[in-house]
Amino acid sequence: MADQAVAAGEAVDLTRRKFLTRATIAAGAVGAAFVAVPFIESWAPSERARAQGAPTELDLSKLEAGQMTTTVWRRSPIYVVRRTPDMVARIGGHDAELKDPASEQSDQPAYAKNPQRSRSAEFLVLVGTCTHLGCLPKQRFSAGELYPSWPGGFFCPCHGSRFDLAGRVFAGSPASINLRVPPYYYPQPTTLVVGLDEKGVA
Amino acid sequence: MAAPEGAPGTIPARVPPEQPGFWGWLNRRLPVEGFIQDQLTGYYAPKNFNIWYFFGSLALVVLVVQLLTGIFLTMFYKVGELTSFDSVEYIMREVDYGWLIRYLHSTGASAFFIVVYLHMFRAFLYGSYRKPRELLWLFGMAVYLALMAEAFMGYVLPWGNMSFWGAQVIVNLFGTIPGIGPGLVEWIRGDYGIADATLNRFFALHVVALPLALLLLVALHLVALRQTGSNNPDGIEIKDQPGPDGKPLDGIPFHPYYTVKDVFGIGVFFVLFAIVVFFVPTLGGLFLETPNFDPANAMSTPEHIAPVWYFTPFYAILRAVPDQRMGALLMLLAVVAFLFVPWLDHSPVKSIRYKGWMSRLALALFAVSFVALGYLGLQPAEGLYVVLARIFAAIYFGFFILMPVYTKLEICRPVPQRVTYHAH
Amino acid sequence: MRTDRQRHGAWLLAAVLAVTALGGSGARAEESGAGAAAAGAEEAAKLGADWQHWHVNSSVSDLASVQRGARNFASYCLPCHSLKYERWSRLGQDLAIPAPLLERELIPPGDKSTQYILTSMPATDAETWFGKTPPDLSLMSRARGRDYLYQFLKTFYVDPTRQTGANNLRLPTTAMPHVLSELEGLKVAVFRDETRNEGGQVMHSQVFDHFEQVAPGRLTGAEYDGFVRDLVNFLDYVGEPTQSARRALGVWVVLFLLFFTWLAWLMKREYWKDVH
Repeated sequence: MADQAVAAGEAVDLTRRKFLTRATIAAGAVGAAFVAVPFIESWAPSERARAQGAPTELDLSKLEAGQMTTTVWRRSPIYVVRRTPDMVARIGGHDAELKDPASEQSDQPAYAKNPQRSRSAEFLVLVGTCTHLGCLPKQRFSAGELYPSWPGGFFCPCHGSRFDLAGRVFAGSPASINLRVPPYYYPQPTTLVVGLDEKGVA
Repeated sequence: MAAPEGAPGTIPARVPPEQPGFWGWLNRRLPVEGFIQDQLTGYYAPKNFNIWYFFGSLALVVLVVQLLTGIFLTMFYKVGELTSFDSVEYIMREVDYGWLIRYLHSTGASAFFIVVYLHMFRAFLYGSYRKPRELLWLFGMAVYLALMAEAFMGYVLPWGNMSFWGAQVIVNLFGTIPGIGPGLVEWIRGDYGIADATLNRFFALHVVALPLALLLLVALHLVALRQTGSNNPDGIEIKDQPGPDGKPLDGIPFHPYYTVKDVFGIGVFFVLFAIVVFFVPTLGGLFLETPNFDPANAMSTPEHIAPVWYFTPFYAILRAVPDQRMGALLMLLAVVAFLFVPWLDHSPVKSIRYKGWMSRLALALFAVSFVALGYLGLQPAEGLYVVLARIFAAIYFGFFILMPVYTKLEICRPVPQRVTYHAH
Repeated sequence: MRTDRQRHGAWLLAAVLAVTALGGSGARAEESGAGAAAAGAEEAAKLGADWQHWHVNSSVSDLASVQRGARNFASYCLPCHSLKYERWSRLGQDLAIPAPLLERELIPPGDKSTQYILTSMPATDAETWFGKTPPDLSLMSRARGRDYLYQFLKTFYVDPTRQTGANNLRLPTTAMPHVLSELEGLKVAVFRDETRNEGGQVMHSQVFDHFEQVAPGRLTGAEYDGFVRDLVNFLDYVGEPTQSARRALGVWVVLFLLFFTWLAWLMKREYWKDVH
């Protein structure tokens, strides 16, 4: 049929035909892309997930020096450690043994990109998930606890990753970056809010 | 040593040597090119299709819409008598675009029946159920029955008050079956009343079993269509008039002519569909019934229990009969009657265009009765409504029962050899 | 003889009109209309006689009205009724209420903004006091309609025979007291005797005739009417918070689909030139 039209000398028709076909297919593709959007977006965390992931508050007044407590934020455990001056001192002195002593490759807000990896020396706030494959590291805060030169920190039982009292990863660990620090701030000196800082809600 | 091609154990002669490129690689292993040739560019359909011939492809489109939106709804819906209703509100309010997916699905359900009823009406207009297409018609009826079951169960899932009471009424109908009735009802329910057990099994059937059955039946329906070729508004067999190339003189390749025409039809359909979804999704209580915004309450019946509009013609017939058992039986017969139509229609011609005045009147009355019964099914069963329901039910059954008579009695017009076609 | 194109166009137009009419009649039943009777002196004698025809001239897109409705709800309804599907934070977002204002004026002390809007009244106590738990109102607008809500809040009357001292025309023997009486004032319902003949027997019945205001409220009639409309708009919003987004998106979708269909039509017509 189409060849009859061409034979009749209506070559222009074929161009029009091609143009219209391509235009319709293009419009259809655009439409299909638009249709995909709501379905893809529906997978994003829902209002409920976002509400459950709202910033968490923690009262620090009950936390004793040298102790760690765990809270939850966005389905991850959050370790909050109240470091003693001795523990703070044990953060230094082993930079050569660390994979990322200055936290260049690691994941933390700007105010935690320091040797102590925290806003203040006293409190350490970490995402308690090993940066290797996600197990929960265990606290080993005492010096010499794991081996004679152990300065204190965290030990992950799954594959043996080791982190210091600022959450920085030791060389020889399967994990490659330091334990993550979530956004947080102190509305009052004894209150910690995880998931909210100067940048707003995470 | 090499056996002749086509001999047992050799590659069949029909398969050509592998062409170069990916297309050649694919076609050596999967009959893609052959399929396109056989089913699309080489399949000749009558050129005189009119507006009534859009609804088959539209039904396929709605099926795809329902499958897609249904799958996504299942990702967020939580089945259970304590959670279903709340999870639907969760979808409507808290899932990004959840409201849109929900409305697409609820509107799609009603759209499915609008399209299917118009699709079936076309068969009545042009005798598309006549020999050799009786099996095509039966498969289509099977699709319709599966669709009714699918829609009924889907409606229970939001667990609103109409979900509950609609399920109660329809499941109780099975109790009218002599002997096994009451036991059957309890077995269907899985409990002593419509309950969590009922909801859960309906969920499984609605999400898995019936969609699979529907897909199978639709596939069989399409295969049967391909086998006989399509009918057309003039009711004549285009294969009876072949051209010099062996193709029907009144046929045109399905692709590109009907693919292109169907794309336009789909566009028009989506415009109307979108208007409803975005501006009037409840359609005044017809597509999303008002009592369903109250959670299911076994202690409180809605003022008027009515099924969704697409079941109301049959519901009206059920209520028109004063006896419960007879009413249920007649309602069943009203659906089953469709199955017999290929053997009730004794007309020498297929299409209404060439049938006599009796068939035309009968079909017109049938169409009016169907719509009227649909309206009456939504009204309370009292007074004038019941009287009218009885009258229209009689006309409805008369259409089928008298068909062997009036199709033989009437004088038909002469049928042309070639289809009537005006360029457009 | 009409061309196929004209026929198609006519069917398309008919379909669009049918769909719009069907939906419009549903929508119209919920919307506009004359509104409440003006509280003029001469009409006061027949106040409320036409209550069953009261339509609410409501518009959920009137943000200021919905905001006032939220305030009205928090003050007068929240003590007993919850909106268990709506979060405070969502309310603030949709109604453009800044978070500090939301916390200070609306959210009960101690509740977080991400929580659902729940009433402080314990359900068991409510059932003891009122005989039934005050229902959640999230979907009341969708379940009963705007007119119902409007009529309900405007047809309370004094009824000393009842425990709450009040009754209601829209929902007779309602367990709800006339919470808004301080705003609306008090009115009594005047009934008239009607007789009808039913199969030889003469039946008497009391039929509502009109209201009579017996005590003024803090608001004038017109102010109270506005108060109720705002509340109805708010409950309409809560019934389907995404409705504004739905309509806005719909405009673009329909326009795009019309454009696509036009292209498809041109393409179809081009190919079908081959067919004779």
